[in-house]
Amino acid sequence: MRFRGKIVDVACLNHFTRVVTTISKLTKTCVLRLNPDKLFFVLSGKVANGGVGMWCELSQANFFDEYQMEGFNPENNEICLEVAPENLSRALKTVQNAKSVKVKLTKKHCPCLTVSAELPTMSSISRVVTHDVPVDVIPTRLWHELKEPSMPDFDVSIYLPPLKTIKNVVDRMKNLSNFLVIEANMNGKMNLKIETDLVSVSTHFRDLGNPPSGDGASQDGSPTRDPHSMAEVRVDIRKLQQFLVGQQVNPSKSMCNIVHQSVVHLILLHEDVSLQYFIPSVA
Amino acid sequence: MPLSTQCQDDDKKYVLVASLDNARNLSNILKAITFKDHAIFTATSNGLQVTVEYCKTLQASAFIQTEIFQEFTIKEDLVAFQINLTVLLDCLNIFGGSPVAGTSTALQMCYKGYGYPLTLYLEEGGVVTVCKIKTQEPEELIDFDFCSTNVINQVILQSESLKEAFSELDMTSEVLTITMSPSRPYFRLSTFGNSGNAHYDYSKDSDMMEMFRCTKTQTNRYKMSLLKPSTKALALSCKVSVRTDNRGFLSLQYLIRNDDGQHSYVDFFCCPDEEGEEE
Repeated sequence: MRFRGKIVDVACLNHFTRVVTTISKLTKTCVLRLNPDKLFFVLSGKVANGGVGMWCELSQANFFDEYQMEGFNPENNEICLEVAPENLSRALKTVQNAKSVKVKLTKKHCPCLTVSAELPTMSSISRVVTHDVPVDVIPTRLWHELKEPSMPDFDVSIYLPPLKTIKNVVDRMKNLSNFLVIEANMNGKMNLKIETDLVSVSTHFRDLGNPPSGDGASQDGSPTRDPHSMAEVRVDIRKLQQFLVGQQVNPSKSMCNIVHQSVVHLILLHEDVSLQYFIPSVA
Repeated sequence: MPLSTQCQDDDKKYVLVASLDNARNLSNILKAITFKDHAIFTATSNGLQVTVEYCKTLQASAFIQTEIFQEFTIKEDLVAFQINLTVLLDCLNIFGGSPVAGTSTALQMCYKGYGYPLTLYLEEGGVVTVCKIKTQEPEELIDFDFCSTNVINQVILQSESLKEAFSELDMTSEVLTITMSPSRPYFRLSTFGNSGNAHYDYSKDSDMMEMFRCTKTQTNRYKMSLLKPSTKALALSCKVSVRTDNRGFLSLQYLIRNDDGQHSYVDFFCCPDEEGEEE
């Protein structure tokens, strides 16, 4: 297995760093999947994570000027590495003003993603910085756990209000309750609700718009669903807050799919990155 | 105003309806007295009073007059209830504590009377949040019996001058003594902590001294833990009046100017420390 990538454009480097930093805020460890066209940051929704799942997809061509990889074997031309995104983020942050940054899969005392860059200095001689980010190679027998999660058969699909507004409200609600109900309907309405012995709070968003069927809409396409009827999911508020804390850039599109009393599926689309986040319901 | 319609259907049933175009005109003042979870709300035709008490030795009240509200309708002579102040503040700030310039959160508070929750309608940028906060039977407030006839010493200072002193107060000192006198040192704050004794003197001729009316030399001791909470009110205020009476009770009154230039008041009453003495 080999991997070697080079980023030369400073905007691409910044963008890539921001993506990795966002991922690091969402989870302590995840899997980095590399194939000839794309990179994926994956967290499969296991009980250990509290059932939260994440799928982030980038086209390598939008970030790397050079990208060469050789997967496990020709039939499985991919590399899957378990990594702590925080370590990768830290390494990338230190080389933000480099002329070029190389990322390579190496074997030091253990497998590593080595980030190396030439940094300008006051004199004519550049300074070379190298970071070895330890990774764990994931054996092929476990690759089936890392597939793109299939679009759930959802009841409601709706565009999200501005993330900043949701974050402000959720931050306050977290002081008042451990659980929050997200509900929405096919008529552009979404409510966030908490209820405890002391207080009940509900925030109402209107005219959000619903993605047209076919644009990530339900395959089942049940036309008989009453547009005013709400689908709801009760979630651990910290999981929603964690998702919101990481968002540094405003997405070009943001929406969520709700499977009534089962899971909420959040989708953020940027120009060249897509991020999906699954939060399961709690009883 | 979008929220004026919210309470309309139950109009007849509400004993208190109060609206503000800018919820900060209420939440900022309440921050000044949030050192305990529970507060007593008392509403009359004069406006709203929110009081917090601590250990029967400290009482802080915020007064928001009727004129500050865009709407203030009260159907009884007196409406009173007890409520969790931290929860109320979280609700008032539901759209975020640091507002974006040019935006404000509109607020309407409605109360149906004994046993009912306090209902808040908050709106910002077309998004509406409804909060229902449980209320309790109001505990009886202590009457500190602080009346102007018993006042021995009074000064009114611009808050500016006291802010620095209060932020530097030696917190290892268990007490803060306040000396007021018609002669030097006029007005003095003292602490006795691990790093030694510290004195902050304010002359009666100082620019910061707006009024000086001291008739007798008095030194009174107050527990630092009781006065520390008043720092928040001081930080928000532009002027403060300090008065002591013949029992050594302390009254601090803070004048707070809101975003729209209107005035509200926060009062702190504090009992002297047991071993307090008059010179």
